[in-house]
Amino acid sequence: MHLLTTPLLTGTATGAILLLAALGLTLTFGQMGVINMANGEFLMVGAYAAYVTQQVISSPGLSTVIALPVAFVVAGLLGLLLEASVIQWMYKRPLDTLLVTVGVSLVLQQLARDLFGAQGDPVTAPSWVSGRISVFGYQWPHRQLFTIVLAVGSLAALSAVLKYSSFGRQIRATVQNRELAETLGVSTRKVDRITFFLGSGLAGVGGVAIALISGTNPTLGTSYIIPAFLVVVVGGVGQLKGTVIAAWAVGVVTAFLTDWTSGSWAQVVTFAVVVTFLTVRPQGLFTVRTRSLA
Amino acid sequence: MIRLLTSVMRLRKTYGPMVVIVALALVLLVWAPSSLSAFRLGNLGKYCALALAAMGIGLAWGRGGMLVMGQGVFFGLGGYAMAMHMKLEAAGPGKVPDFMALYGDGTMPSWWEPFRNGPFTVVVILVLPAVVAFILGYAILKRRVKGAYFAILTQALAVAFATLLIATIKQTGGFNGLNTFTTVFGHNLFDKDVKKGLYLVAAGLVILFLVILWQFYRSRYGELLVATRDAEERIRFLGYDPANIKLVAFVAAAVMASIGGAIFVPIAGIIGPTNVDAPASILLIAGVALGGRSSLFGPMLGAIAVGYGRSALSEQFPTQWTYFQGALFIVVILLLPGGVASIGSKFKSVTSRFRSPAPSTGTTTGVEHEHEREHEHDHAQSEALA
Repeated sequence: MHLLTTPLLTGTATGAILLLAALGLTLTFGQMGVINMANGEFLMVGAYAAYVTQQVISSPGLSTVIALPVAFVVAGLLGLLLEASVIQWMYKRPLDTLLVTVGVSLVLQQLARDLFGAQGDPVTAPSWVSGRISVFGYQWPHRQLFTIVLAVGSLAALSAVLKYSSFGRQIRATVQNRELAETLGVSTRKVDRITFFLGSGLAGVGGVAIALISGTNPTLGTSYIIPAFLVVVVGGVGQLKGTVIAAWAVGVVTAFLTDWTSGSWAQVVTFAVVVTFLTVRPQGLFTVRTRSLA
Repeated sequence: MIRLLTSVMRLRKTYGPMVVIVALALVLLVWAPSSLSAFRLGNLGKYCALALAAMGIGLAWGRGGMLVMGQGVFFGLGGYAMAMHMKLEAAGPGKVPDFMALYGDGTMPSWWEPFRNGPFTVVVILVLPAVVAFILGYAILKRRVKGAYFAILTQALAVAFATLLIATIKQTGGFNGLNTFTTVFGHNLFDKDVKKGLYLVAAGLVILFLVILWQFYRSRYGELLVATRDAEERIRFLGYDPANIKLVAFVAAAVMASIGGAIFVPIAGIIGPTNVDAPASILLIAGVALGGRSSLFGPMLGAIAVGYGRSALSEQFPTQWTYFQGALFIVVILLLPGGVASIGSKFKSVTSRFRSPAPSTGTTTGVEHEHEREHEHDHAQSEALA
């Protein structure tokens, strides 16, 4: 039982972080065709937001609660800044956004190194996430459970916004048919900015969870960005449902492979699995139906 | 008069690149060896090796539209094959490379054994990357995976490759990579003439591949490749299979990177995961973007410039280099997508726009205007390479 539950639970927690990182990617990719390689750095920004909040408010419990909205807003505003300063000039050249955002991520990493030092800083987890809970004999750390709760909560909030708010309706309309949405009076420029804010903010929230698990680090985003993109690719671009399933699958598969072999082989095999999957379903698990040729 | 002018133009179009290649050959093969110090010549040799990989990216990305973000993998395949051979040379016949005794139990994995043979190593350097690129390219290009998907997958490949190398310390030297060589194909690496010879091989390969690419781009295939980049569906409707066209470019780029890696190792004296991982691959792209992705000379000159810039800046201000590299991406891709090679034609199009302002009547919408600009940009790109 142990052999199954441990990777299943750990993998689900990894999948939860991947989900928080991938939601922003899939939103911006699906809606604008923008590939935001700096999204991993928004995780890092979220982690540092948690760290700074803890320096100001020393109580770990209170600071974590406050860090969540702080990280969301700080990372979101950075995303907004990125869109307004660079991305908005590049909507005609989506592939090039990939390289520009690579440049942005390099700058952000170095900025973090200069501000906080190359060494990571620890973030004290509050008492209610530092315990363990026994699941089928496995002592499951609370912080992993917390990560999952956080991801599920964010997902629920995002779906609610998309489904019920007028912003959400405008976002969905823009994803489905940008020109038609424009003719109906939707300001797609504004919608693009809101999407960027939401996506980056969600990555920031994910960063808080990472900070509680492994502390901060200027380069922590780099280890999540590629898996997060694989999640987007597997799930189908612009699809929340697909992203959720793919994030969970990638997390669990990696955890099982790590258990059987080692962390590095797990990465290689996961990559091979994703490539094989793409040769079978290049469009991902779920797709928006379009009439385009490609 | 006009006929003379057009024939001059045609001559320039046909033989212009040849003149530049000859000039570059003179600089790299005659001027540099005679006037640069051994240290600087070695550095230039390293940049030439990187330039070979960058020229491959120029082929696949600039001409084929495939952003290869994992070129380091193929660079690494060639580099590690060469390094394994040199490591075995250094160990001597029947002996085992030193690091295997250091990290492991002193036994050599069986797949190392054939690398004692020089010709076998050369064949591996040429064939292995082609096979890997073919399998991967066939799997994803045939399924019409393209654009960002392709870029992400190749970068994931680079991440996986580097992770694998670090994990297999007993077989590949892990994070330290392979180093402390003594000879290459029997020539003493510390000998001055051998060092110069290695540089000449690297620079000669760059010139050779410039000639090959020049002819490649002029050929029917070169035109097909650009057409596939610009209008893949149209090419498909004309009866071609775009996947095959792109596959050729991807495989050729991989082999070029591998050759670059193989010549990099004896010059640099080391290869490790940091030479082949995702950041290394991205650094190669930085050079290509700076020089001009779709021009013939841009990727090569860009790679050499980035190599020099990196060593000059990172020696003096190590942290500034990262800012600089980031800013390079942002500024070049945002403002000058055609790279330095497109400055001339960009300037021309700006001045001509001033001279004869576009007839902007009320009917021209912003979208159409954008399209016009796009076309101009494409035009500028195709002009820049001529």
